[in-house]
Amino acid sequence: MTHPVAVPAAGAAPSGVAAAAAATQPGLAARLLAHPLARPLGALIVLLLINLFAVPGFFHLEVKGGHLYGAMVDILNRAAPLMLAATGMTIVIAMRGIDISVGAVVALAAAVACTMAAAEQPLWLAFAAALGAALLCGVWNGLLVASLGLQPIVATLVLMVAGRGLAQLVTDGQIITVYRDDFFVLGSGYLLGLPVALYVALAVVAAVALAMRKTALGLFTQAVGVNPVAARLAGIRAGALVFASYAFCAVCAGLAGLIISSNIKSADANNAGLLLELDAILAVTLGGTSLAGGKFNLAGSVIGALIIQTLTYTVYSLGVPPEVNLVVKSLVVFAVCLSQRSKA
Amino acid sequence: MATAAVAPVLELSGIHKAFPGVKALSEAGLRLYPGEVHTLMGQNGAGKSTLIKVLTGVHAPDQGSIVMEGREIRPSSTLEAQELGISTVYQEVNLCPNLSVAENIFIGRYPRKWGMVDWAGMRTRASALLRELEIDIDVSAPLSRYPLAIQQMVAISRALNISSRVLVLDEPTSSLDEAEVQLLFRVLRRLREQGMAILFVTHFLDQTYAISDRITVMRNGEREGEYAAAELSRLALVNKMIGKPADAGEVDAVQATAEEARPEGAARVVLETRGLGRKGVLQPVTMQVREGEVLGLAGLLGAGRTELARLLFGADRADKGDIVIGDKAYGTFANPRQAIAAGIGFCSEDRKLEGAILSLSVRENLVLALQARQGMLRAIPMQRQRELAEEYVKALGIKTASIETPIGTLSGGNQQKVLLARWLATGPRLMILDEPTRGIDVRAKQEIMDYVTTLCKRGMSLLFISSELPEVLRCSDRMIVMRDRVTCGEYLRGDLDETTVLHAIAGEAA
Repeated sequence: MTHPVAVPAAGAAPSGVAAAAAATQPGLAARLLAHPLARPLGALIVLLLINLFAVPGFFHLEVKGGHLYGAMVDILNRAAPLMLAATGMTIVIAMRGIDISVGAVVALAAAVACTMAAAEQPLWLAFAAALGAALLCGVWNGLLVASLGLQPIVATLVLMVAGRGLAQLVTDGQIITVYRDDFFVLGSGYLLGLPVALYVALAVVAAVALAMRKTALGLFTQAVGVNPVAARLAGIRAGALVFASYAFCAVCAGLAGLIISSNIKSADANNAGLLLELDAILAVTLGGTSLAGGKFNLAGSVIGALIIQTLTYTVYSLGVPPEVNLVVKSLVVFAVCLSQRSKA
Repeated sequence: MATAAVAPVLELSGIHKAFPGVKALSEAGLRLYPGEVHTLMGQNGAGKSTLIKVLTGVHAPDQGSIVMEGREIRPSSTLEAQELGISTVYQEVNLCPNLSVAENIFIGRYPRKWGMVDWAGMRTRASALLRELEIDIDVSAPLSRYPLAIQQMVAISRALNISSRVLVLDEPTSSLDEAEVQLLFRVLRRLREQGMAILFVTHFLDQTYAISDRITVMRNGEREGEYAAAELSRLALVNKMIGKPADAGEVDAVQATAEEARPEGAARVVLETRGLGRKGVLQPVTMQVREGEVLGLAGLLGAGRTELARLLFGADRADKGDIVIGDKAYGTFANPRQAIAAGIGFCSEDRKLEGAILSLSVRENLVLALQARQGMLRAIPMQRQRELAEEYVKALGIKTASIETPIGTLSGGNQQKVLLARWLATGPRLMILDEPTRGIDVRAKQEIMDYVTTLCKRGMSLLFISSELPEVLRCSDRMIVMRDRVTCGEYLRGDLDETTVLHAIAGEAA
């Protein structure tokens, strides 16, 4: 534990200005606090601590029916669709965009998958068709934003409205219920004791993280997000990247739709993934990515999704009436956003 | 401290300011007397901008005092500085282009009548203020309708409207033409007679001597010294800024490099345009660029120089003509990618909007074009990226805390060097530099031009665009003059003299 440099104790420098000026060699604690993940992780830990004291048996895990069972497993399972949506949203937001059609794409993908599954089509075909429909949605969004130059929020508003209408058309206005065991694996199945949905979400996150790191995608995404004009002049296909970000975001939403419909064993064109886009944007913000684009934090978005899901769970298990639920949620979100404000 | 009979209206002393990893100011200071024009000079990164930001409340100093009329002040915002009587006009006009001229002048201090905004009164007063600057325009029109020079004047009249004791002008003349500069100077002289203290920051030596009473030179974040303008020779001033012993070479070094022999005549044509143009933007241009040559493009702002460069680089699409590089005809470039693949590099005149990616690091900015050309999937290994960045930081003398420092924290000249390095890293056959030396100091200018001309000797060709005619004349082997979006003359080295070219630019019979 010997340190070559004499570091003054934290209490020894009461003068804020002098301390800031001398902070060329920050201590370990300061460096940890300055880490972009510090705040979202801190918020998650605080939430978990509240659960530790207020919700009996929150951390209790047991093996039941061949898989892990408990509140935390439940949260991970339910957070999977949001993690997926937040991953897609992170990339879109990093390139100065926003996609508010995520919830509608979820509903459309769910409708396509359930309708085909209920019609006894092979499962792979049902899933592929659902993801194909989602991809088409993304291509549409990408065309409007990257090719026609519409403002992202307006461009995706079109699909936000139209998507649920399309889903209604697919389901004929009915709630389609599926009675096939193979259909439920994605949303309610377990693999090696953990939910299948979690594996899917983590695989997508890992694939994106790997692509960002091992190729120049991360650099290009940030460059386009910070300064699209300069990025284009440097030879980056800025338009194509923006286009691809919407396509990817929609496919993520489609996957989320598959998980959600598989979990509830039905497709509800009106309510599946309702307001999921807002939760996704929230998760991205909580994770420390600025809505102004540029630098982004994928791990932060995943943690943000976990925060939102844990919060929902906590509020329910504390027995807060549903009417108050949203207020509590908004207060917590407000607090976390305030704590991130100082980063400027 | 002050020995003069009059006390300084504003005195900064012992100012220290550090940013993460960089010491911007140490023991910096400044004295301003009422009724003087005081020029602050120094190279890029000498700390001029930081000192002004401390003075105007943008940055809080870590140490030191600011005393105004005998009272210690510590402005914590530009608004507070304004209220204390310090008004600032920044290098880049920072007004709201969508608001009217009158609104811009009075923004934040709209005159009121019966609790409502007095629009009519505001317009009358705005017109009156502008007429003092000999400008007669419709003040209810949006600011964006007027050229940059007028916008600059609006910014100045806004500063004047806030009845201030101290007026700070941070490179106000970089976007003004000669007549406008003279107009500005007339206004400054009048204000000086009224007893205002004026702090003027510029890179232009001529202007410094035309208007200054005293000069403070800064170097490496410190006050090098304070001099009466009449007692400081130009050579001495340049040497003090650079911090080298007086040898006459410095000022003329750029000239000297250009004087050296270059491959003559027979060099083969690297790039040729055949009737390259775009409707409403540029009349068809046919020209050739030879291997290892510096081709200057001269002309007034808006004559079509930048437009030609942008069509050549595919930043804008040409709708007629052909580009031939080597033996290959490319037609026109649809986007910069194609031009880059063909071996062209382009440093835009607008460093901030079209060049630097401010929140990314020096390394990331530097490898960007090379990486884009290699394609996304073939990532340059981190080790190689670092080597490249270190190499160019050293070769071009880029002043930065580290290669991982965000480029936005570097001074203008150093940013420009990083952007130059971005293109040089791609090993271009033709490099287009559009106003590469705008807003940067003598030393950085010289370093940039030196480095580029060295590369030209090794076979790279350079298309050099600058509004500073003497600079184009010094550096170019050949020069094309443009006027009203069409080329109107071509001069070889040797026929190049300032009067002939000026006549061509102005469109008078020579």
